[in-house]
Amino acid sequence: MAMITPIRTATTGAGTAMLDDFLIRAAFAGVGLALATGPLGSFVIWRRMAYFGDATSHAAILGVALALALHLPIAAGTLIVALAMAATVSTLAAKGWAMDTTLGVLAHAALAFGLVAISYVPGVRSDLSAYLFGDILAVSRLDLAFIWGGAGLVLVLLVWRWQALLTATLNEDLAFASGLNPNRERLVLTLALALVVAVALKIVGALLIAAMLIIPAAAARGLARTPEAMAGYATVFGALACLAGLRLSLWQDTPAGPSIVTAAAVIFALAAVFGRVARR
Amino acid sequence: MPGLSGGSMSLLSAQNLSVRFNGVDVLSGISMAIEPGEIVTILGPNGSGKSTLLRALLGILPLASGSVARAPGLRLGYVPQKLSVDRSMPMTVRRFLSLPKRVSDADATAALARVGLPDLETRQMAALSGGQFQRVLLARALLSAPQLLILDEPTQGLDQPGEAAFYRLIEEVRRETGAAVLMVSHDLHVVMAASDRVICLNGHICCEGTPRVVSNAPEYRALFGLGTQGALALYQHQHDHSHDHDHGHGHDHTHPHSHDGGGHSHA
Repeated sequence: MAMITPIRTATTGAGTAMLDDFLIRAAFAGVGLALATGPLGSFVIWRRMAYFGDATSHAAILGVALALALHLPIAAGTLIVALAMAATVSTLAAKGWAMDTTLGVLAHAALAFGLVAISYVPGVRSDLSAYLFGDILAVSRLDLAFIWGGAGLVLVLLVWRWQALLTATLNEDLAFASGLNPNRERLVLTLALALVVAVALKIVGALLIAAMLIIPAAAARGLARTPEAMAGYATVFGALACLAGLRLSLWQDTPAGPSIVTAAAVIFALAAVFGRVARR
Repeated sequence: MPGLSGGSMSLLSAQNLSVRFNGVDVLSGISMAIEPGEIVTILGPNGSGKSTLLRALLGILPLASGSVARAPGLRLGYVPQKLSVDRSMPMTVRRFLSLPKRVSDADATAALARVGLPDLETRQMAALSGGQFQRVLLARALLSAPQLLILDEPTQGLDQPGEAAFYRLIEEVRRETGAAVLMVSHDLHVVMAASDRVICLNGHICCEGTPRVVSNAPEYRALFGLGTQGALALYQHQHDHSHDHDHGHGHDHTHPHSHDGGGHSHA
């Protein structure tokens, strides 16, 4: 936070004027994303959905191609394709397909199809790295509204269904016997994942959205004793990773997504060491 | 017939229930009912459809035909066969008891004390032993003050003393709360002792009745062989007078049984 203090004093007046600064917008974007990825990433880990996250987020590139070709907003394109991919995977899983293989095929196929499709859209090649690696420094006010709207929606959805989601994650029969419908809870997570993909594209890029879900939550695991604590730590770690990655990106002119994930990985390593020491 | 007055309404009943997987009947023509306060065990070899029947009764599996009826407002407690709280999810015992419905600390403490696990609230679920884990599952099920407890092979992975202790606990719970119990098992030994009624299953109901009746039934012997007869004889003595417990009249039923080693002996 230290780096944004001088900027805040430099901009006269609070509120909207503050958002005029691209650094402030970038910082808000990162924190907004972390609000959604913390709790959702915890579920991705608990339900062993890491590859599922990969397949859904890689599909975002196909969504970008679709949006550019049809002159739709990028967010709409990614949301639609991510939802379609998530629904496809859920359906195949329910039909008993071997999931690691299926997801391995779908995740990479989605990325490859997306990259091929995007090469047909004129004039995008130069922008491609922004979609693959994110461009947190270029977040606009509109982007910010979309990021906070989407992340807020995911958070509300997860908090609303929290008890049911946890029960269904532990045991579907147990959930059924308690009068819950595990299929509905799975749908909630699928929807949340597609939303997060659309939100995170601008910040970390399609290649590393799944990393943003998994690494902060994995770092939180060793320190937490309850699911809520794990989601909370994951949110804090995700926000820290975004701010540190943003700083690295600005300072060294490195791509945003990899910078943020690098920071998250360092946090993971520190948490692992700290957790081990604390348990002794 | 919501007969609250007569008390004749079964808690849970199935009429001519069939379940089909991929066009093959896994269960067919099952009719059964659970009455208040009784302990019923579904017994059958592996693949006989025991767990399938439980899941159909719970409404988890779709029925190919027939129907399942519940008493209106039935409170049901379920103990699943296995539950993997894997190490990726931090979960204390206390937190687990609050799923899916949050319960007060006092209720949680009482439920743990009831299953013989006081002061376990802060332990991680993944760090529990098999026996402790099953008891915590039972404690969670008890928190909804169930009229009917449904347990799917609750003693899998327990050694024989642990198994015996667990069934003894089930009997105590029934005596105290008056809850009916429906369990599934594939092992004959201790289960028979703890049951008022046994339903012998092999895709359909082969035979049913008191443990003594069932163990003498030719269908049962065909399924399980004669070798079990000796072990069963040990239990029949107890079952001659176990039905007084059903309605919890409050008289003292401290039976000094010893379940250790899978047998009973009456002092």
